[in-house]
Amino acid sequence: MTSPDPMAEIKASFFIECEELLESLQDGLEALSNGETDSETINVVFRAVHSIKGGAGAFGLDQLVEFAHTYETVLDSIRSGDLAVDPNIMRVLFQAGDILSDLVRLSRDGEVIEPSLTQDTYKALQDIVGETSDGDSGADDDIDFQPMGLALDLDFADDAKSVFTVMFKPSSELFESGNEPLHLLKALSELGEATVACDTKELPVVDELDFETGYLQWTIRLETEADKSAIEEVFEFVDGLCQLTITEGEDLPATDLPEIEEDETPEPQAVTPVAAVATSAQQATAPAPGQPTAAPRATVRVDLERVDRLVNLVGELVINQAMLSQSISAIGVQPSSEVSSGLEEFMRLTRDIQDSVMMIRAQPIKSLFQRMSRIVREASADVGKTVRFVTEGEGTEIDKTVIERLSDPLTHMIRNAVDHGLEKGDARRANGKPEEGIVKLSAAHRSGRVVIEISDDGAGINRPRVHQIAVEKGLIAPDTQLTDTEIDNLLFAPGFSTASEISNLSGRGVGMDVVRSAIQALGGRISISSTPGAGTSFTISLPLTLAVLDGMVVHVAGEAMVVPLNSIAETLALTTKELEQLGSNKFLVRIRDQFVPLLDLGVELGYRAPLDRYEGAVVLLISQEDGSRAALVVDSIQDQRQVVIKGLEESYGRVPGVAAATILGDGQIALILDPTDIITNASGRVSSDDTLFDLAG
Amino acid sequence: MTLSVLAVDDSRTMRDMIKIALTQAGFTSTLAEDGEHGLEVLDDMTPPDVIITDINMPKLDGFGFIDAVRAQEKHRGIPILVLTTESADTLKARARKAGATGWIVKPFDPAKLVRALKMVAG
Amino acid sequence: MSEIENMKDAGNVELLSFRISDQEYSVDIMSVREIRSWTKATPLPHSPTYVKGVINLRGTVLPIIDLSARLGLEKEEQSERDVIIVVQLMGQTVGLLVDAVIDILAVPQSEMQSPPEIGNDAGPSFVSALTLVDGRMIRLLDLQAVMPSIEAQVA
Repeated sequence: MTSPDPMAEIKASFFIECEELLESLQDGLEALSNGETDSETINVVFRAVHSIKGGAGAFGLDQLVEFAHTYETVLDSIRSGDLAVDPNIMRVLFQAGDILSDLVRLSRDGEVIEPSLTQDTYKALQDIVGETSDGDSGADDDIDFQPMGLALDLDFADDAKSVFTVMFKPSSELFESGNEPLHLLKALSELGEATVACDTKELPVVDELDFETGYLQWTIRLETEADKSAIEEVFEFVDGLCQLTITEGEDLPATDLPEIEEDETPEPQAVTPVAAVATSAQQATAPAPGQPTAAPRATVRVDLERVDRLVNLVGELVINQAMLSQSISAIGVQPSSEVSSGLEEFMRLTRDIQDSVMMIRAQPIKSLFQRMSRIVREASADVGKTVRFVTEGEGTEIDKTVIERLSDPLTHMIRNAVDHGLEKGDARRANGKPEEGIVKLSAAHRSGRVVIEISDDGAGINRPRVHQIAVEKGLIAPDTQLTDTEIDNLLFAPGFSTASEISNLSGRGVGMDVVRSAIQALGGRISISSTPGAGTSFTISLPLTLAVLDGMVVHVAGEAMVVPLNSIAETLALTTKELEQLGSNKFLVRIRDQFVPLLDLGVELGYRAPLDRYEGAVVLLISQEDGSRAALVVDSIQDQRQVVIKGLEESYGRVPGVAAATILGDGQIALILDPTDIITNASGRVSSDDTLFDLAG
Repeated sequence: MTLSVLAVDDSRTMRDMIKIALTQAGFTSTLAEDGEHGLEVLDDMTPPDVIITDINMPKLDGFGFIDAVRAQEKHRGIPILVLTTESADTLKARARKAGATGWIVKPFDPAKLVRALKMVAG
Repeated sequence: MSEIENMKDAGNVELLSFRISDQEYSVDIMSVREIRSWTKATPLPHSPTYVKGVINLRGTVLPIIDLSARLGLEKEEQSERDVIIVVQLMGQTVGLLVDAVIDILAVPQSEMQSPPEIGNDAGPSFVSALTLVDGRMIRLLDLQAVMPSIEAQVA
């Protein structure tokens, strides 16, 4: 086994750090644009860019370094107060942030960076600095920043040895700075053959000896392959703190160095020069490879696979504990006994462990919102609309995988909101609205789920137009009568697009149907609501984690199965007066004067034939976010519990009507049903000539 | 010969790189992520042979950190190198003023870092 | 790729042989993970008849293929003596439901024969090779062909 390349690892971790830095950059810029121009805010922004530049330099990412440098120069002018932030500058700063994040991404993926990507922003940044650069020196101080690869360049060009004579007389300040002549001499001797002579004639008698004062001077003859600059480098830190002459050749100049103008009384609080030597002796043990070093506070980075393994193990623990309690209750242990109370404590702890483990995978949704902020900026610039992007609840925590997989659907919806949702500025004015449109993105925890809402204050869905397009595309018959909700839901139909003119934002090959399948794949639901003239809003509801689910355990045709609790509006036992027959074999359930189709789960899953009669049957009233409902017949309801989700798709493939599987207390696998899928499949089958609801997928 | 080095830098990448450079040279490294943290870590450890510190850091910057280290009797003699991107001229004056022993210009060459450490700590 | 090609240079091939109805089949022992006694499987809705359902294999969901149904053989009632052979092929793990495990056999590579082409066999051939051991004909199962195709089922 070869150990992984440490440089590759550092590089990978650099790009992870870049993500974090870009996030604080975004935060800082938002704060700046909200008028928070205090020095810490500016410093955060500056530091972020600065650190990216520093790391990029180490990996020879020249284009990234160059851009970051120019960006940093502008930020430095703001920091020093030479430049005041105005909306125009703010816009350039945001834009530069976006470009910087592009450069980071391209560099990470090793892709070619086209000069055209940075050109405009680069120029805009330079223009800003140009305005203030007269006489300004601070920002230009490090313009000579030279990216230097981490690889060690050994220069063997000149093998010839030459001889140097070095005379070195430290001053008292040299000691005060923490430098130690002996170390310097040692470093010098590592360059080649060194013969050191110490001239002690200035040394006072011992009781007057004061180490901090420069009584000593050395003459070193050095035979080396190195050149003069290497010798100068040794004395770099003490330049100005000593007298130093370096001459090439054997011939010694006059032995006395010129006198230093030295006030002979050293500072009383001078350092003890032996301290460093002493500690280094104490610690002179060989370092074991991978010797523990103090870890940075607050966070540890853990391979996601390890976390997932832990999540799985805890899932096993939950199942095991459920199995244990089932067997204990089966042997008839008294509820008040010590075993029972111990078991209760065990259950509580197991739950706590599970919650804590799930929290490891959770992270704030903020990074995703920041990405969307950029989408809004770009999309609004593309279509020439003024848009204010409002976010809420960006601290809401949600499973990492969910966050990653939300990126594409959200991007599409945000683009849609800017492109189609909002009216053009003049149309808005004509309707008495402010020219600036609002796109709002919010996240919140609501009853064990995460609810994300994307809304705009645009014109709302043009329902007659949607209806017409659906007819044109053959999705519905021309005379189909649909409710507003049904029309709105047509947007999710495969291949549906409302854009009458293809703008450069839409027409990217994804429709809302793709968005919906992506959300469903995460165990989520999406719904739409729209008010003419006031705007459209999409609501996405997602499970907090992909690993556990609150479910109701039911029995159907002798099989235990789990129905997600959040899809169940209520449960009831049917009475004759609630049951209505429709045709020969269809039934409806009347609930508060609404008719809901009755679906027998045993039949829908292909487990058994329809029952003779449904009076007295237990049904689960399923309510979907899009407003459609159904009553699912089950044989019996067992209980409600949290179950660990086990994927079925990886081991077998997708099963219609089934979302996943879980393991119950008896060790048996129970299927977790997908009520929405069951209902849409059933609707598609029942009204096979009406393709409207045939959206299963 | 081995040196014990405390490195203080808010950039994880930089910390990682310092650590690798030091490990390859056979030195031991202790890492801290800002000045405040650096002081805490310093307090808990056998005094290191050298300290390397970044300048621009949150909470407590490099200058504040050096001041605080130099104010402690038992740490007064420890050589301190500052890590910086500034060019040598302005830097030398500022680093000296802050009480630093020497400086490393970022991004650094590991071999040069090791040479610099040897120059200040043997 | 057939099992034979995989084993070309191996000299002897180790096979796990088992009985389905009254026929003797085998799989390369390298693909066998474990052998389990029968436990009740949870049926999957709308699945092919040869998919018995899924069982809990130490916390993972294991699909069970009823080999007699898969091979189109007569099958008596499900009995407690049935055995599940857990096999893995290209990352996919399934349980094969068989009547009984018979033996572990070491068969020289050279004695493996390709099955003769028989008439106009419409369905897929699940046998990749034949061999004789003590006068019994042992069929080497083509695991690839037996596995349910995940891709095909993802709508």
